[in-house]
Amino acid sequence: MATSTGSLRRYALTRLALVIPMVLILLTLVFVLMRVAPGDPIQAALGGKLSPEQLAEKRHAAGFDKPMIVQYGEYLRQVVTLNFGHAITDNQPITTILKINGAATLELSVAALFVALVIGVPVGLWAGRLRDGVFDGFGRLFGIITYAAPVFFVGLLFQLVFSKWLDVLPNSGQLSALNNALLAKHTHLTLVDAIWDGNGAAFTDALKHLIMPAFTLGLLLCGVVIRLIRTNIIQTLKGDYVEAARARGVREGKVVWRHAFRNALVPVVTVMGLQVALLLSGAVLTEETFNWPGIGNRLVYYLTNRDYAAVQGIITVFALAVVVISLVIDFVNAAIDPRVRY
Amino acid sequence: MNVEPVISVRDLRVWYGTERGPVRAVDGVSFDLRPGETLGLVGESGCGKSTLGRGVLGLLPTGSATDGSVRFKDRELVGMRQQDLRSLRGVEMGLIFQEPMTRLNPLMRISEHFAETLRAHEPGITGKEIDVRSIDTLRRMGIPPTRYRHYPHEFSGGMRQRIMIALALVLRPAFVVADEPTTALDVLVEAQILSILQDLKRNFDTAMLLITHNLGIVAEACERVAVMYAGRIVEEGDARQVFSEPAHPYTRELLRSTISLSTTALHYIPGAPPDLVQPPSGCRFHPRCPDAMQVCPRLEPVEVRTKTGERVECWLHGPAELIPPGQTAPLERRELASADEA
Amino acid sequence: MTAASVAEPGGESILEPAPEMPSRPQGPIKRLWQQVKSAQGLSKWLLWVGAAITVVFVVFAVFAPLIAPYGFDQYQSGGVRFPKQASPSGGHLFGTNVRSVDVLSVVIYGSRTAIEVVVLAVLFSLLVGVPLGLVSGYYGGWLDRILVLVMDALFAFPYLLLAIVIAFLLQNSVGSGVLTAAIAITVIYVPQYFRVVRGQVLSAREEPYVEAARALGAKPRTIMGRYLFFNVIQSVPVIATLNAADAILTLAGLGFLGFGIQPTQAAEWGYELQRGVADMGAGLWWTSVFPGLAIVLLVTGLTLVGEGLNDVLNPVLRRRTGRPVVLPKRALPRREEEPV
Repeated sequence: MATSTGSLRRYALTRLALVIPMVLILLTLVFVLMRVAPGDPIQAALGGKLSPEQLAEKRHAAGFDKPMIVQYGEYLRQVVTLNFGHAITDNQPITTILKINGAATLELSVAALFVALVIGVPVGLWAGRLRDGVFDGFGRLFGIITYAAPVFFVGLLFQLVFSKWLDVLPNSGQLSALNNALLAKHTHLTLVDAIWDGNGAAFTDALKHLIMPAFTLGLLLCGVVIRLIRTNIIQTLKGDYVEAARARGVREGKVVWRHAFRNALVPVVTVMGLQVALLLSGAVLTEETFNWPGIGNRLVYYLTNRDYAAVQGIITVFALAVVVISLVIDFVNAAIDPRVRY
Repeated sequence: MNVEPVISVRDLRVWYGTERGPVRAVDGVSFDLRPGETLGLVGESGCGKSTLGRGVLGLLPTGSATDGSVRFKDRELVGMRQQDLRSLRGVEMGLIFQEPMTRLNPLMRISEHFAETLRAHEPGITGKEIDVRSIDTLRRMGIPPTRYRHYPHEFSGGMRQRIMIALALVLRPAFVVADEPTTALDVLVEAQILSILQDLKRNFDTAMLLITHNLGIVAEACERVAVMYAGRIVEEGDARQVFSEPAHPYTRELLRSTISLSTTALHYIPGAPPDLVQPPSGCRFHPRCPDAMQVCPRLEPVEVRTKTGERVECWLHGPAELIPPGQTAPLERRELASADEA
Repeated sequence: MTAASVAEPGGESILEPAPEMPSRPQGPIKRLWQQVKSAQGLSKWLLWVGAAITVVFVVFAVFAPLIAPYGFDQYQSGGVRFPKQASPSGGHLFGTNVRSVDVLSVVIYGSRTAIEVVVLAVLFSLLVGVPLGLVSGYYGGWLDRILVLVMDALFAFPYLLLAIVIAFLLQNSVGSGVLTAAIAITVIYVPQYFRVVRGQVLSAREEPYVEAARALGAKPRTIMGRYLFFNVIQSVPVIATLNAADAILTLAGLGFLGFGIQPTQAAEWGYELQRGVADMGAGLWWTSVFPGLAIVLLVTGLTLVGEGLNDVLNPVLRRRTGRPVVLPKRALPRREEEPV
């Protein structure tokens, strides 16, 4: 008979403790992957552009000539202090890259999640409720096709229709050049900044730029959401407590809503959390398609240019983001479902 | 004692559709229940007891067909629209389920369960009145008011069953089906529940159909008993009378198979429960009946009233004029071989 | 006087006779097939449509040289260069792209690449993931704990990034683009099989029949191979199909970003889409729409098969076959008191 708040706190601490070995493994994984390539990062990024002496100098300055173990230690220290040094190719401080471009990716992700839930949840709920009916068939097909169509393809189609043929939305980018220059960047989240400044024109512009990428990525997630919710609804509707409620004469609509829908949504939160990996991967592709200045975009750029230092920093943050978000999801789940407490 | 029966069932049939053919779960059942009377319904697993209980209330899944007549206080329930049935459930008719552990919605407080039930039938009811009536009913079940707002997982199995009973009875239905209410509980709790059910009978004149495979419970809590086999009621009458002088061989074998302190050797009924898709011909018990006669596999027995007032379906009780000559000789035992394969 | 109904010994059946029940225990494949055949309604439809689509693409893949009008890299014929970026017409049903290659041929050869990579990847994943899951689940202990941590970490990683990095690292050592892509994709999906198989082993391990085998002195290898294996791989077909669908998307994603198979090695849909972005700006749609549609179709086909299988095999979702029942007219009343 545990009280609610006490065990929630304990749950939080236990989960945090369990997460540390996982994080360690992830970081080691990233480190190893980055070092597996022949040569060293400096050589890879700048080889051929600078003389051997300059290369050696840079190598020494960045610490890439130290033994592996030391480098590993350095890396871990960097992670803890959140200071990842500079990109090799363009000498940008990596933390700055993460902040600015990270905000863009965050904006895109949140918008996409919003789209996915607003479309996906109702469709999933009704498809599960009206199982095997026409709506269910279409709902499932919709869910499957939105997942099957590659993100970049959907993006291309959107661009074709809305930018080229109908010409109502801008093709790419986050803001037009003019607005970009005029807008003061407080958070680097364009919509938020626009509201902060009371800049109506910038807001509309930002929104127009955001719509297509958000829908593109959102539709991808939508597919997952629909399938998930549909299965959950089917399962909950078979539940014993659903039958018991019917036996008490509760109206079918109420039974479906109060018992089935609400209970079906609970695991959704968890699974959506697990989809962060999917979200980030999709974000990379979306950003490439729409030239959206997010981290995914930057990652591809630095990878193509063999800038391992930058790549390492970015991937580390990606991995940590996934872990953090899973943690948050777990807490939310524990808060919602009173049974899940240690 | 010519009080009008609360429930009158005549020739009720409930068949399920499956790939192999229709399952004749309930195949022509009739009985009456008067206010304040408890009818025990006993039989082996799979004989159709639960189906009968649910069928009377109209709570059957898709893929089943019902016919016959169930008259409840002058209304015909078979063929009634689901909406009308729903308005009767909870208020006039109740169902107590077998597994209390899963019958309550884990995300809803007990108070919310009650609120939902009461509001479904009395839309104008105030929150205060809901609380008053629910807490009162709970108190009669031995659940203290301090636990009114707790979640289901905070209660033990026995308490959950008491909550279920309270929920089924908060609106004081005239007729209650209790489907193996104590099977999942230990013996001490079982005794408590049974005593609660007795109280109900006394205080509210509730008519109850108590479904169980435990003959001891029937002996303790029921005035009348009906013995079910392969979808039909083979014997029905006053509980004490049936148990002391069973008219049907199946009842007799059942009683012999019960274990008590004086049991020295295990007695069992040979053969397996019958296949409800293709039940045995004639009297369905004939493959396993130690007293089977030659007429038994050929003709279905006719319902007869014994001298002491029970109803029984067995050729041993005649009527003699319907048995073709010479067929009262005992049946050859080779029939048992086919019963084993069933 | 009442009449009693007459029933012949053996029972005259008003309904269809029960179908022949198989007498021998069936092998797992046969069981699967039985369940598939008995699918109902929408699920059945989904399954067969998906299968049809998949088969079409497999045919494309296998018979590409016979079906495609031109080679996947062919930009001329008989000394005459194909038109560049020509719109669909008689000679080139899907048009040509910026390299003057026929788009229809690219689409067909792309099937070959996709199927090759995916088959290899799924095969590798199974060969690595299933045994690891079996061993880890059965033995438990430190091995299990380490493997679980590693697999969870891999699982948590954004899959595309992992694939990119691995493809990147391998592209110099492994010659074939197809093999590189296959290995990269394998690494992503091994954790899935591992998890599922391990989960099944964990529950099957406690079953009485395993305990009995252990008590009889069976070697772990025997237990795993003979007893656990077939029971544990129940859900693998569904996962393998859905993974295959995923793998195609990953392959295309890699190609789109430029880290996949190069056009000189083989035709690949994702790569075509990358080139198609620029074309889109100029309003040329056929260079991207056709390869894109191919991806959508094949992935949908595979997913339908996977979902259909899931519906059929997953006991939770399986619909109780509610065949409509018609109650036959009843025999005359059989009670003594009721008059005729």
